[in-house]
Amino acid sequence: MTTATAQHGEHGFWTTHVFSTDHKTIGKQYLTLGLFWAVVGGLLTYVMRWQLAWPETVVPGWGEIGPETYNALVTMHGTIMVFFVAMPILLGAFGNFLIPLMVGARDMAFPRLNMLSLWVFALASLLLFISFFVPGGAAAAGWTGYPPLSAKAEYTGVNWGMDLWILAHALEFAAFLMGGVNYLTTAIAFRVPGMTFSRLPLVIWQQLTATTLFLLSVGPLIAGAVMLLLDRQIGTHFFTPGGGGDPLLWQHLFWFFGHPEVYVILLPAVGLVLDVLPVFSRKPIFGYRWIIASTIVAGGLSFIVWAHHMFVSGIDPRLAMPFSITTILISVPFAYLMFAMIATLWRGSIRFDTPMLFALGFIAMFIVGGLTGIFNGSAPADIYISDTYFVVAHFHYTLFSSVFFGGLAGFYFWFPKMFGRLMNETLGKLHFWLTIVFFNATFFPMHNIGLAGMMRRIANPLQYDFLVPHQWINVVATIGTMLLLASQIPFVMNVVWSLVAVRPAPKNPWQANTLEWTAPSPPPHLNWGEALPVVYRGPYEYSVPEAPEDWLPQDRVLAARAR
Amino acid sequence: MVDAPRLGMLIFLGSETMLFAGFIAAFLVFRLGAPVWPPPFQPRLPVELTGANTGVLLLSGYTMWRALRAARDEKHAGLTRSLAQTALLGATFLGVQGYEWGRLLAFGLTASSGVYGGTFYTLIGAHAVHVVAALAWLALLLIGTRRGGDAAPAHVGVSLLGMYWYFVVALWPLLYTLVYLA
Repeated sequence: MTTATAQHGEHGFWTTHVFSTDHKTIGKQYLTLGLFWAVVGGLLTYVMRWQLAWPETVVPGWGEIGPETYNALVTMHGTIMVFFVAMPILLGAFGNFLIPLMVGARDMAFPRLNMLSLWVFALASLLLFISFFVPGGAAAAGWTGYPPLSAKAEYTGVNWGMDLWILAHALEFAAFLMGGVNYLTTAIAFRVPGMTFSRLPLVIWQQLTATTLFLLSVGPLIAGAVMLLLDRQIGTHFFTPGGGGDPLLWQHLFWFFGHPEVYVILLPAVGLVLDVLPVFSRKPIFGYRWIIASTIVAGGLSFIVWAHHMFVSGIDPRLAMPFSITTILISVPFAYLMFAMIATLWRGSIRFDTPMLFALGFIAMFIVGGLTGIFNGSAPADIYISDTYFVVAHFHYTLFSSVFFGGLAGFYFWFPKMFGRLMNETLGKLHFWLTIVFFNATFFPMHNIGLAGMMRRIANPLQYDFLVPHQWINVVATIGTMLLLASQIPFVMNVVWSLVAVRPAPKNPWQANTLEWTAPSPPPHLNWGEALPVVYRGPYEYSVPEAPEDWLPQDRVLAARAR
Repeated sequence: MVDAPRLGMLIFLGSETMLFAGFIAAFLVFRLGAPVWPPPFQPRLPVELTGANTGVLLLSGYTMWRALRAARDEKHAGLTRSLAQTALLGATFLGVQGYEWGRLLAFGLTASSGVYGGTFYTLIGAHAVHVVAALAWLALLLIGTRRGGDAAPAHVGVSLLGMYWYFVVALWPLLYTLVYLA
């Protein structure tokens, strides 16, 4: 532990709250930035959905929207939600906060590198934010940045915005690279005595797998981003067919990263849910080892499925079949994860607290997204539904359920530990029920209008005669969106109320087993006092007959058993 | 207990490997898709001079190995000498590369003249950027050694630099074979 403690000096206001090397502060800073971007990305959906429901009207509070603006909106919404909300919250915030606390470390392996990671991410955020206000506006080539659209300024009319978009991505990747090196090193080298890999909480396993996927997949995309920037700035021809380049090359590089990336987001959310379920079912997790094995298998397979994003891109048709097979194969380990979650509930003494509600919401919603994934994954079906709202519905059921339901399950669960305050249960339950109802009102109709043929990224559905009779579906989805946004008001009230009105959280409010609950709430700098806990058992020993209570913390030794 | 700094470096180098895998994949897509390579009316690459330069870089890998051994045995003078030799060899490699780039540019091979030039400058340039970074790090270590008088540079710093240097050296023969020979 010496390297972790040696780098911590005096703590004044600035070093404690702003330029802190403490993993908990850095986690909260990532959380704050992620929530800020969630507000921005959420408000963009209001503008987009208004435009789609009532295309020929002025959007209240924004103004009139042309196709160019719409392109920028849809690009920035995707970029923000994936890279500046999902990653900083699920990896940046929960990874930073939980990994040292759950493995029993006093801080990350390299605290200063960790702080650098946060500030590089903050710089990336700043560049992306500025890009809204530069001449020509923000990037408008889609969140996937496909060339030739992205390779030449004259195609979208966006010059500065696109360059800033590329730079913001490059910085963000650098930030998460530094974070990733820290996560893996900390969890491998700084585990407390007794914390073997087979006693590691599953959320840590998921974080580590996600980090590994990120570290191994991001390189090719950085290479692609360099080439794209060179295409734009010094006139190389990697992606422009005119000079002998190949636009499909970008798609391969992007999706080689992009598909593992969706698991980089999904797996930490799965981890949060896997750690919430046993606590509120008062039962051990079902199939701990098989969950780890499934996760690793899914992670490995995620590197050989990427071309399913390109079935209609003009790839060699002989490639479609193998990529369909690997894609459908990858649903096997994920199906196992879902079964393990449901089996954990089976005959448990379920407590329906807010974290549990969101965890159950994740299971229900993710299964819908998983099932539609099978249609998208098989090439013959995908050729019909590719680039329609069916796909939009699919990835919102998977990603929104991960970030929102999974992330909020974790947020409500660990909030007492992060901030030392209890949250209001009534507001929390209200938040959940409103969110799940209006989430479905927003996204379920998108399946229908997608099958009716509505394309992604169009600014005005009424321009297409065949879509006019289905316009009412767009109106339903838009009203759903607005109510979904309004459903977040109880959440904001709850957070503010909990932070202002002091209802101090006890050490272990949920009666959970893992190590973070043995530290004070909130944990002090270096997490524990003089002595670090020692681990004697796995993380999910609930309702053990020999134990006096129905939970058995990882650091507890059972007194001589009567046998 | 696992050695955290070295483990962290190893993880970082894993990501670096994938970065070059991306660049190499892009190169191969164009290289294998082209009917004639190099494309007509484009200059050939200097195979012999670069071959000699490859030897220079490999030699720097050997001097780095000696530096690491000296650091392990706490032989301060030997460490400084081997690090300085490594720096000199690395700088020579970069100098020769720069000279070649100047000549190729004079022959009309630019990054924007097509995918042949584009992949060449990007792939070889990405490697060169890594050599520059390694050299800058090495220079900082050497300056630290001189300022510190008798104190040897921290062993862990040398061993991390050594890992990075090995990576940069080991990558080069692969790039040379793919880009210049094949």
